[in-house]
Amino acid sequence: MASPGEATVSVSHVGKKLPPARYWQETQEKEKDENKVGEGGGRTEEALQQAEQKTQKTKKRKQDQTQIDGKKFISGKSDPFPGPAPIPEDRMQKFKRKDKTKKHRRQHYKLKDMIARSEEASEMAQKQSARFDLLLPEDAGFLEGDEDEDTCTISQEDIADVVDITSGAKYFNLKLSQFGPYRVDYSKTGRHLLLGGRRGHVACVDWQSKQLLCEINVMESINDVKWLHSEAMYAVAQKKWLHIYDSNGIELHCIRKFNDVLRMQFLPYHFLLATASATSFLQYLDVSVGKEVAAICTKTGRLDVMCQNPHNAIIHLGHPNGTVTLWSPNQKEALAKMLCHQGGVRSVTVDKTGTYMVTSGMDKKLKLYDIRAFKPLKSFFLPAGASCLSLSQRGLLSAATGDIVQVYKDVWSTPVTKPYMAHRAQGTVWGLHFCPFEDVLGVGHGDGFTSMLVPGAGEPNFDGLDANPYRSARQRQEWEVKALLEKIQPELITLDPNELGQVDHATFQQRHQDRVQALGFDPLAKEKFIPKFKKKGRSSAGSVERRKKQVAHEDQRDIIRKTVEDKMKMEKEREEREKKKAVLSSSRSALDRFKK
Amino acid sequence: MKVKLLSRNPDDYVRETKLDIQRVPRNYDPTLHPFEVSREYTRALNATKLERVFAKPFLASLDGHRDGVNCMAKHTKSLSTLFSGSCDGEVKVWDLTKHECVRTLQAHEGFVRGMVVRYCGTSFFTVGDDKTIKQWKMEAPGYGEEEEPLNTILGKTVFTGLDHHQKEGVFATCGQQVDIWDEQRSSPVRSFTWGVDSFSSVRFNPVETELLASCASDRSIVLYDMRESAPLKKVIMTMRSNTLCWNPMEAYYFTCSNEDYNLYTYDMRHLDRPITVHMDHVSAVLDLDYSPTGKEFVSASFDKTIRIFPKDGGHSREVYHTKRMQHVICIKWSADNKYILSGSDEMNIRLWKANAAEKLGVLSPREREATNYSQKLKEKFQHHPQIRRIAHHRHLPKNIYHQTKELRIMKEARRRKERNVRKHSRPGAVPVVSEKEKHIVTVLK
Repeated sequence: MASPGEATVSVSHVGKKLPPARYWQETQEKEKDENKVGEGGGRTEEALQQAEQKTQKTKKRKQDQTQIDGKKFISGKSDPFPGPAPIPEDRMQKFKRKDKTKKHRRQHYKLKDMIARSEEASEMAQKQSARFDLLLPEDAGFLEGDEDEDTCTISQEDIADVVDITSGAKYFNLKLSQFGPYRVDYSKTGRHLLLGGRRGHVACVDWQSKQLLCEINVMESINDVKWLHSEAMYAVAQKKWLHIYDSNGIELHCIRKFNDVLRMQFLPYHFLLATASATSFLQYLDVSVGKEVAAICTKTGRLDVMCQNPHNAIIHLGHPNGTVTLWSPNQKEALAKMLCHQGGVRSVTVDKTGTYMVTSGMDKKLKLYDIRAFKPLKSFFLPAGASCLSLSQRGLLSAATGDIVQVYKDVWSTPVTKPYMAHRAQGTVWGLHFCPFEDVLGVGHGDGFTSMLVPGAGEPNFDGLDANPYRSARQRQEWEVKALLEKIQPELITLDPNELGQVDHATFQQRHQDRVQALGFDPLAKEKFIPKFKKKGRSSAGSVERRKKQVAHEDQRDIIRKTVEDKMKMEKEREEREKKKAVLSSSRSALDRFKK
Repeated sequence: MKVKLLSRNPDDYVRETKLDIQRVPRNYDPTLHPFEVSREYTRALNATKLERVFAKPFLASLDGHRDGVNCMAKHTKSLSTLFSGSCDGEVKVWDLTKHECVRTLQAHEGFVRGMVVRYCGTSFFTVGDDKTIKQWKMEAPGYGEEEEPLNTILGKTVFTGLDHHQKEGVFATCGQQVDIWDEQRSSPVRSFTWGVDSFSSVRFNPVETELLASCASDRSIVLYDMRESAPLKKVIMTMRSNTLCWNPMEAYYFTCSNEDYNLYTYDMRHLDRPITVHMDHVSAVLDLDYSPTGKEFVSASFDKTIRIFPKDGGHSREVYHTKRMQHVICIKWSADNKYILSGSDEMNIRLWKANAAEKLGVLSPREREATNYSQKLKEKFQHHPQIRRIAHHRHLPKNIYHQTKELRIMKEARRRKERNVRKHSRPGAVPVVSEKEKHIVTVLK
């Protein structure tokens, strides 16, 4: 248990008596220990259990040993892998919802019990789902080059030749030179493809079986197309109004409240269609009841760059002055404004965990942001600049520069020197969309549509209750009813989607204050301590007084403990800062020569 | 070049024949399930709304009595049998599954005051205004035979209540004093008095079977040990308690229904302060009964409503009323924890569900799973204002609604006055007396 630093101390002071252990020292040691284990990497749960066991009392350990001894087989052999199978730490981490609640020292016993029980339950759920991960049937795709062969030089035809026939058939070109360039959208399950040509051509295709569902020409220019919640309906932003068609190409609605729409996003769990218009209006349409939920005048000119954050349903808009703004339907003002580029913003996209935002601008840069902290992470220079961006479910980034589509891998973790894949389309790229649950990137361009193979793009294992590509009509109907029942109200769209599950301390305090004022006294105030009368001569006046004092000093002790901890923390921070400073000062900058 | 593309075999994901159930592959990855909290909240909200939609607690009304129902008794061995005694001395035995009366007997002249089934379920006792205790056989008399009691004891005074020992042939009555009777004898084994003139109810403790508690008309609750000659202790409150009931699971707790519209739960060991004060009724509370799980109890009141309280909650979770139900005199919680039976002034016995939105009958496993899930969700989000509002909303008759409001205003005014007095007097001169302590006068031992 003892850290190496402490060991040396004890050696140097052999003769002296060790100072009594303090609680803050103990916590420090523990932290160190944890760090050590963490550095080792691949820490299994078994190791954790062992560490826990060490700290437990010897008595309990003895009991455990006897239990293990008792499980011995008659033949004398013992189980070589006792206890439950270990779960890898990273898998546990994947299902971690929140940290353990900090134990308050004098919690009410009922509350303590409740918290302990619920934590136990959630831990069990976490373990079970981590174990279930083993049973997932599919593995993700990948592409590896031979020695000194770049993966980006491998052509689509080569890949299509190598892989099996069904996968190879997923690479195809649609030559539609008459009505292009095309916008692209895949449905949530990834089965259906929607194409919208600039000159009015709309087609929906079951792209895996290559079955054409409908094909129409709306005889108007089309700005954007979007599937609604299922493959039965889609929205088309036409020259003037927003139209909604069904999968047979029949016009269901023409919504005149939504005019000059340039870009659309569909929020599937809220059943909201967010539209950005040329008149700088951001509008939300509730497609389940057909009502306009919010219309926000952004006052920033033409809105032709738009994306959604799939994690919290916030809409990101890019503007010609280089800013990206974040919007929710509940607020007339932007939630946040970020200056991202020196020129205008050309494209924005956010990954599915809501952690990273990727933007590209007229300054030919591709920038990465941590959208939770609003911090820039990385910036790349692309010679031609990216006109379209798209992120796949597994975090591949595709960027279209002119007629070339480049796919990057591991953008946020490793330095990127060259693309993972590249492909030249027949015309200028107009729309990019990764197909969910498939290793396919749909590219809409001036000369039609290309379905590109990108190994490792799609999530291999889908959830049947959420988006099932193989669902039957009956299953779709049932899903639709459930999804409509679970429709999240637009008021619940916030930057932090888990805010609803947290305790609202401010309101509680306010209400408590009101209550105190109304009652004239504090009903939650701690009662004055009256020591119990103990028998057998232990209740002398002196001992009663001592007991009273003990309780009275408890509060003070808490305060002292806190201040000491704070002090330790501050000192540690200061030390770290100094260390950093020292490191920085060792690398001298050009301006250092002016220092004395 | 090494390459692998995602390529699923549809046979793994689609059912083989139409006779199979659909395959639903799951992946519990949290990133595939965004908006967890908001979706669960929406589900909880829907579940709460549905609960209110399906809350139809009234099941049946058993009519047949020719006067108000004054007392009821549960059968100790049979779930479907109920005994009821009315104000004209008639006792009826009911079959609850068929909703019909199976036996009628004219037990007393005047009121039937108390009724109890022997622990073995072979006979039952009644006491009435005619100063008699009668023991009856459980079986109806054969054809042509007359309805005759097994045993009749003539007492000196009127009996007002009756309870039987859990394991032995001993029962207790109350009236002018609390008497302990042996079934074999015609005079009481023991009599307890503590300077009061009459008792309204007596109950044996279900666990410590030698203990009894009774409510007296001098506003006190008295505890006895059957083995001792004198009562143990008593607590005097500001108003009279009508009945009391022991918690069957934690039998050191008992709850009494009081004339001051409240119910009080006491710990038998500390009578100086009730554990909980249960408020919500707007008139005197006449009777109560615990659920067999000991988690909740139901109370009947003069304000024509029935309320269900959690054992440690200050306010009711449920209120039942109908247009026709008058003052509810007696109430019972069925032994299977599913039903509530109420007997009221207008000669009817009503059968209610204990859980208003519960579906009766056999549940399929999926149905049960869904109800359990929604129950858990409701619990999880119960403190959110929207859900709380819907879950707590109850439609009340106009007069009760207004009376509640009036009581609230009165209470607020009293509190305001007290606060002002405290503000303008020496600090500590007007101490804060909690609601629990307010209603206790003294404890005597």
